[in-house]
Amino acid sequence: MADIEDARVEDAGIDQAVDKLEPARIEAVIRRVLGAGCGARLKVYLQTCVHCGLCADACHTYLSRDRDPDFAPVAKVKETIWEMVKRQGRVSPEFIKKCARIAYTECGACRRCSMYCPFGIDIAYLIMLVRRICALLGVVPVYLQDTVNSHAATSNQMWVQPDDWIDTLIWQEEDAADELEGVRIPLDREGADIMYSVIAPEPKILAQLIANMAVIMKVAGVDWTMPSLDGWDNSNMAMYSGDFEVMGRVERLHWERALQLKVKRVVMGECGHAYRGAVYDGPKWLGWSKPPIPMVHAVEFYYELLREGRIKIARKIKEPVTVQDPCNIVRGRGLHHKLRYIINELCEDFRDVSPRFEHNYCCAAGGGVINCGPPWKLSRLKSNRVKAEQLAATDAHLVVTPCHNCHSGIEDIIGYYGLGMHVTFINELLVKCMDRGDGSGEVER
Amino acid sequence: MELLVTVCAWLGLGVLLLGVTGRLLWAWRAARIEGSVLPVMSARYGLRSLVHWLLPLSTRNQRLHPVVTLVSYLFHLCLLLAPLLVAGHVELWRQRWGFGWPTLPDPVIDVMTLVVMVAVLFFLLRRLAAPEVRNVTGWKEYLLLMVVVAPFVTGIIAHLHLLDYRLVMVLHIVSGTLWLVLIPFSWLSHMFWFFFTRSYMGSEFGAVRNARDW
Ligand code: HEM
Ligand code: HEM
Ligand code: SF4
Ligand code: SF4
Repeated sequence: MADIEDARVEDAGIDQAVDKLEPARIEAVIRRVLGAGCGARLKVYLQTCVHCGLCADACHTYLSRDRDPDFAPVAKVKETIWEMVKRQGRVSPEFIKKCARIAYTECGACRRCSMYCPFGIDIAYLIMLVRRICALLGVVPVYLQDTVNSHAATSNQMWVQPDDWIDTLIWQEEDAADELEGVRIPLDREGADIMYSVIAPEPKILAQLIANMAVIMKVAGVDWTMPSLDGWDNSNMAMYSGDFEVMGRVERLHWERALQLKVKRVVMGECGHAYRGAVYDGPKWLGWSKPPIPMVHAVEFYYELLREGRIKIARKIKEPVTVQDPCNIVRGRGLHHKLRYIINELCEDFRDVSPRFEHNYCCAAGGGVINCGPPWKLSRLKSNRVKAEQLAATDAHLVVTPCHNCHSGIEDIIGYYGLGMHVTFINELLVKCMDRGDGSGEVER
Repeated sequence: MELLVTVCAWLGLGVLLLGVTGRLLWAWRAARIEGSVLPVMSARYGLRSLVHWLLPLSTRNQRLHPVVTLVSYLFHLCLLLAPLLVAGHVELWRQRWGFGWPTLPDPVIDVMTLVVMVAVLFFLLRRLAAPEVRNVTGWKEYLLLMVVVAPFVTGIIAHLHLLDYRLVMVLHIVSGTLWLVLIPFSWLSHMFWFFFTRSYMGSEFGAVRNARDW
């Protein structure tokens, strides 16, 4: 049974929009989305599924909610897109409301289930089609829609204004220079080796991370730059709301900025969504076979710096440490071994999770779920008891989470389930552990 | 009887072949229109995934469900081989076309048929007992399971002469034809889609995302 509390959640973005829906419009939108452009995969998946339920064990929501069959991946598809196809789009506004709840809040598009279905049916893709339909009907959780509106108006996720952005960078440059002499955050330097991309939560609430990166770049002697103009954020929540027009716009602007700066590579900060949007979903929507400039995720970048000895480790973290494998860079990029290499370089007592690597459990915050905001928070936390149990089993004190969504999601889970742990970005550990070449560095933890 | 055999064999095999070909051609066209499917396909990673998913207990989910996996393997093995290697079928073929192929001894075929029947019973019970499966099971699923098992039930009854042979043979031929005809037009089509959906996912994981999918 679906959770009664979840069904009762009030969300203006969904409820009010549903009240205004007309059946004819629903039908037209569904037919348009499920028509030509997605014929092959959609229809083959629908015909192939043998209704065997073997995908159930893949999903953290199913496992966390006492194996409630309604949370099995195949059930989410049955309750949404199967019906739409069967009834050829003739579904009620109430039905769309249920679809929005399932597609936005009960599936994080983590794609774990396509590694459990014997046929490799891509449930996340089917759920994204449902989101696309909801988005075109204007039925989107209100907090999520707000981030999309922000992308549309400011091109970043959190309404950061252009002057705030530059102010923050200058302020962080000053902070960083207090820590290590000569640190700079070079703005708009054409032809730099690297453009560093961050997402809006960094200037908005976690500005220290930018200063940390400036220190790391200085120590490693990297020729880098950051853009002063729009296009610096590609966290791209529109990708998850189903507003692919805005998604494409954000990605295009981001890549245009990088091209303008004539950089050789783009380093994406510790964010899985942004990486996914910039490398996969964005280019695909824009009709590019790949990004115009190579992008590496921070994990790959730190790995290079450590491997090549451009950063040396002076002291190691002593506390027991564990890890959250972010879906979008593990199932999405296979960075799990590099991630462990980094952690082992930085920490003395690393305690791995099980299951791990591609088989990690999603943080339950990703894929836009956490962006559905406070109304859905309890539901999200209930949907990830397995993660809490998995982390608790390691007895670690610190969880390394090289992704903004994982970071916030795991922090919430730690609080709700009383795990007494802390989350950290790699960036924060690096500045503590690395040899700055000036004999300084923070005291040992 | 002679006529029924001829008509049903042509009908069953004809619809199967034409149906499968038609579906594949349609999918090929649709995939070209969709645009994002074909460029992803990679022989190396597609095969890598197929090999893993075709070997028993080589994927994590198969290890999480050892009983289902083993039953399913035995089921598919017997289901695909028994009809091809049973003397009754090969004999009919030889009478018609003048050539045949080696067969398995009847007792072996009987055992294989029983395996299929027991496996279907297992699938049936699993559908009733496991909530996550029951939740996505409707009359279609029960009906298809019956269709799948029917030629095996009638085949073995005929072979052992348990009931009126002619009547059972008619039922066998009719159910066998239905079996063949439904493959392209129901989820039994997983038989051929499997190779495409799995290798697509294997390609996307391997070639694009640098990860494993098992
Ligand atoms: C037009 C179609 C068919 C004809 C004319 C036909 C005819 C026969 C005949 C004459 C036998 C031998 C019975 C005996 O030993 O006395 C037989 C056995 C058998 N048939 Fe068919 N068959 C047809 C379709 C099928 C199909 C589609 C399947 C499979 C799915 C199937 C599965 C079997 C099996 C498993 C046996 C052996 C049972 C046993 O010996 O335990 N048949 N069939
Ligand atoms: C080469 C061909 C085939 C392949 C690769 C294949 C593969 C699969 C796979 C991967 C499953 C998933 C669930 C499981 O492992 O139990 C499955 C289930 C099933 N297959 Fe096949 N299959 C093939 C041919 C067939 C044929 C020809 C039939 C019957 C006409 C058939 C009947 C079934 C049934 C009834 C189930 C579902 C059992 C259940 O959960 O109720 N398969 N198949
Ligand atoms: S949350 Fe992940 S495992 Fe669950 S249905 Fe969605 S994609 Fe599949
Ligand atoms: S595992 Fe695959 S075939 Fe089985 S119910 Fe789930 S999606 Fe369908």
